[in-house]
Amino acid sequence: MGTVPENDTLEKNSQHMMDRNGRVWLSGVGLMAIFFAVLLSGCDQTALNSPYSRAESEQNIVYSSFSERPKHLDPVRSYSSNEYTFLGQIYEPLLQYHYLKRPYQLVPLVAEQVPVPRYLDAAGAVLPEDADEKDIATSEYEIRVRKGVRYQPHPAFATGKGGDYTYHSLSSDRIAAANKLSDFFETGSREMTAADYIYQIKRLANPRLHSPIAGLIGQYIIGFKEFGKEIVAATEKQQQATGSERPYVDLREIPLEGVQQTGRYSFRIRVRGKYPQLVYWMAMPFFSPMPWEADRFYSQPGMDKRNINLNWYPVGTGPFMLSENNPNLRMVLERNPNFYGEHYPDHGEKQDASTGLLRDAGKTMPFIDKAIYSLEKESIPYWNKFLQGYYDTSGVSSDSFDQAVQFSDLGEVGLTDAMRKKGIDLLTAVTTSIFYMGFNMADPVIGGESERSRLLRRAISIAVDMEENISIFSNGRGVAAQGPIPPGIFGYRTGAAGINQYIYDVVDGKPKRKSIAVAKELLDKAGYPNGRDAKTGQALTLYFDTSSAGPDGKARLNWMRKQFEKLGVQLVIRATDYNRFQDKMRKGKAQIFMWGWNADYPDPENFLFLLYGPNSKLEHGGENASNYNNPKFNALFDRMKNMSNGPERQQIIDEMLEILRQDAPWSWGFHPKAFSLFHSWYSNVKPNLMANNTLKYKRVDPELRSKLQREWNQPIFWPVWGFILLLIVTAIPAVMVYRRHERSVAK
Amino acid sequence: MMAYIIRRILYAIPILIGVNIFTFVLFFVVNTPDDMARMHLGMKRVTPEAVQNWKQERGYNRPLLYNSKAEGTDKITDTIFFQKSAKLFQFDFGSSDSGRDIGYDISQRMWPSLAIAIPVLLVGLLVNISYALLIAFFRATYIDIWSVVLCVVLMSISGLFYIIGGQYLVSKLLHLVPISGYATGMGAAKFLILPVIIGVVGGIGAGTRWYRTLFLEEINKDYVRTARAKGLSESLVLFRHVLKNAMIPILTGVVVVLPLLFMGSLITESFFGIPGLGSYTIDAISRQDFAIVRSMVFLGSVLYIFGLLLTDISYTMVDPRVRLS
Repeated sequence: MGTVPENDTLEKNSQHMMDRNGRVWLSGVGLMAIFFAVLLSGCDQTALNSPYSRAESEQNIVYSSFSERPKHLDPVRSYSSNEYTFLGQIYEPLLQYHYLKRPYQLVPLVAEQVPVPRYLDAAGAVLPEDADEKDIATSEYEIRVRKGVRYQPHPAFATGKGGDYTYHSLSSDRIAAANKLSDFFETGSREMTAADYIYQIKRLANPRLHSPIAGLIGQYIIGFKEFGKEIVAATEKQQQATGSERPYVDLREIPLEGVQQTGRYSFRIRVRGKYPQLVYWMAMPFFSPMPWEADRFYSQPGMDKRNINLNWYPVGTGPFMLSENNPNLRMVLERNPNFYGEHYPDHGEKQDASTGLLRDAGKTMPFIDKAIYSLEKESIPYWNKFLQGYYDTSGVSSDSFDQAVQFSDLGEVGLTDAMRKKGIDLLTAVTTSIFYMGFNMADPVIGGESERSRLLRRAISIAVDMEENISIFSNGRGVAAQGPIPPGIFGYRTGAAGINQYIYDVVDGKPKRKSIAVAKELLDKAGYPNGRDAKTGQALTLYFDTSSAGPDGKARLNWMRKQFEKLGVQLVIRATDYNRFQDKMRKGKAQIFMWGWNADYPDPENFLFLLYGPNSKLEHGGENASNYNNPKFNALFDRMKNMSNGPERQQIIDEMLEILRQDAPWSWGFHPKAFSLFHSWYSNVKPNLMANNTLKYKRVDPELRSKLQREWNQPIFWPVWGFILLLIVTAIPAVMVYRRHERSVAK
Repeated sequence: MMAYIIRRILYAIPILIGVNIFTFVLFFVVNTPDDMARMHLGMKRVTPEAVQNWKQERGYNRPLLYNSKAEGTDKITDTIFFQKSAKLFQFDFGSSDSGRDIGYDISQRMWPSLAIAIPVLLVGLLVNISYALLIAFFRATYIDIWSVVLCVVLMSISGLFYIIGGQYLVSKLLHLVPISGYATGMGAAKFLILPVIIGVVGGIGAGTRWYRTLFLEEINKDYVRTARAKGLSESLVLFRHVLKNAMIPILTGVVVVLPLLFMGSLITESFFGIPGLGSYTIDAISRQDFAIVRSMVFLGSVLYIFGLLLTDISYTMVDPRVRLS
């Protein structure tokens, strides 16, 4: 129950209330005016919608984005492209890919030259370069690294007057007081030496660091596995001695047989037999230098708990260093003041000079001071910010495809008028990856080596129209695969020779998918006329296992079902979550599935090994997801994998591809095409799908960017004023009614 | 009152244990420790040894809820559930499965969430109550009818539409504020304007209708009629009496959500690039990081229970007739 005031105070209160309401209303308008005044005065009028400060906008900074938090920034573990976006600029492996040349070519980065292995037989005698692989017991890689390469400033290197490391023996209180690396104010640096590469290779062997390539590298580097066991033993000993869960183990004190330092700037890696792919691994962050001081610094008890570790704060020699790591908001790379200054390449492909890619030839890199990567989880804000000029580059998502890209009458890809008007440019490149539809060769119906199953797989491969799939679901951004090897990788053939003639006819030198009648004929020969088992008369039912069951996936799955319907075959979709799907794949329970692979390095071995029998997922836990095991193919793979590129290797690859096309363990799928857009102020752009360290080549024109940003983002205020006016106008009758009502009460 | 609060806290313990068990079972029905290991170790070249090592290091090699091979109390304590969940009751969230200190991450991420949630709550309350009072004042007129229609329309529009439409109109067409992003300190203001406006506008429909109902219910009560009969102005009746007496249900709604403001909003934070707590749990689920999931669910439960307790206490403050016993 409410309380009621005395009558004599009613009039006064009523008047007071009216005054107060008026004041509240006026205060509201006043507050709104103040709000807009703050908005206008606080920001430069031209940059109201800029996510950056004006000072930042005009600096020599690259603006980009990332959509997913990088999981690992420790080069021993990092193995995904979103992590390499950052790590590639911070750490310097021994080798790198030439930025401009195609096909992809390895060139030295910190190594003085690309190492050429020396082959030795079992007795230690040197063998010629073309020695038979069977005779090669050991390959030796002599590696010399550059002098004068220095690490970025880092507290791990800071020393006191006596030369003692300032932050290597911190008290638990001091560590507990720190929340980020910059809480350790003093920094230092030192020259990188060969010992740092050896230290990192030793880290690869540490089982506690879970390097994804430890298993693979352990098969080749001599003494690698034994070294891993020694680390475990040493760690346990230290644990007992110190009581610390993660004690520091000085890896310098434990020798690794296959990796030896031969000088301050040189070391030797010895591998079992022949393993030419080792040089490709040397171009990945796994083979980056790691100073022992950093390991020592981060391993202090309590550091990990304070989130201060190598996974969060990398220490490199590269052109940039991670100055801000807030993966929930932004990551900032800043120029490493100690970078030795690499030069921009002075030669590339023929057209590079005419496209301006050699304008900076011979100049010292990097050309930018900073790169700011903002977290953008959603594609709409990301795309709009690119259009406003707040990101220098952008990919093209399906949502924005029609807005950005159009096809000419000849089917050539081009930009829309709106994009061209803004001076935006487009570059496309077929990625060194493949999405394929695989058949489980261990399955009794679709798998196996029988002619019946082979014909069934080939019939399906014809019926599943990948060109249509690319057109519908990827906006034409892909190339139908003719085999496992993507364009740009040795072994891929162009023209008629490269066409899979089990699936395609060659028309004017180009592939034309065989008609569905041919597929039905194959199905008939396989014993399934009109999609029914000739013996039992029962309809053939196949099963497609997938983890893609969302709204997007549903359309794809319906499309897939229709492809099988062309043959009269019923396709049952078995959708599940990714964990169960992987489990099915490991146990060989899936029948037909989609899978993909991104190249680790540009060598055909990295694709053909996906079909190598001893690499099958079911029996060996490897990457051969369709469990294909053809002895002839395996033998050819064994011969091919360690050969140098040349006609002989090409011939073997051709033979292997012929076997695969005939057996059809995959329906080959497609190689996606990457589309990238960039603004007119962003230059030295050339898609390089193997290189991770491309930021140093990029150049921006901050003045042009700032000018265009201002032009494109002039604030428009009239709708705001119009809205406020509308509010006032609509409020007037209400106020009048209110006042009349109040007056009538007063009577 | 103190006895009541203590009793409620004691009641909360079995609820929290139940929530923990429920979260644990749900999580591990979908993800096995092997799946978690594979997710953390990456998609390529993961060996069974690496999976075993990962599980062993993080204690996921134990049985889930009951260790039949252990002796005595170890049958319960030497399990993943006990080892991972017992410390939560001391508010020790521990480290995420990727090694991050969860407590520190929460302390960092709650501020951006609060920076949106508090203004949305306060401005939203002000706008909704004012608008509802206005409608109540003009009850049974065209203003009332069209306002209700407008509220129903506003309620019917998806929150996502407000966000995308707001970004399109205010940021893309009018160029008045950034589409997304965040900054620390005062720099955050320009990034918060749009999400706050959208949050307020998006809540007008439901909020105003709810408050209008409350006010109209009060307005027809005897004490209001008496007040009018005594000659009080309508504004005095509305502000001094109706609003005051409608405060109990308003408080119930507001106080209960206060602690949950910390938890943030997934969609808003995701679209505006706000590094708050809203996306923390969802990211953790997609990364199969059980340590974060259990911590966030536990924290959410504690805050909810705390919110209910606060609501009860607030009753006693706004309505002297209510006594906690």
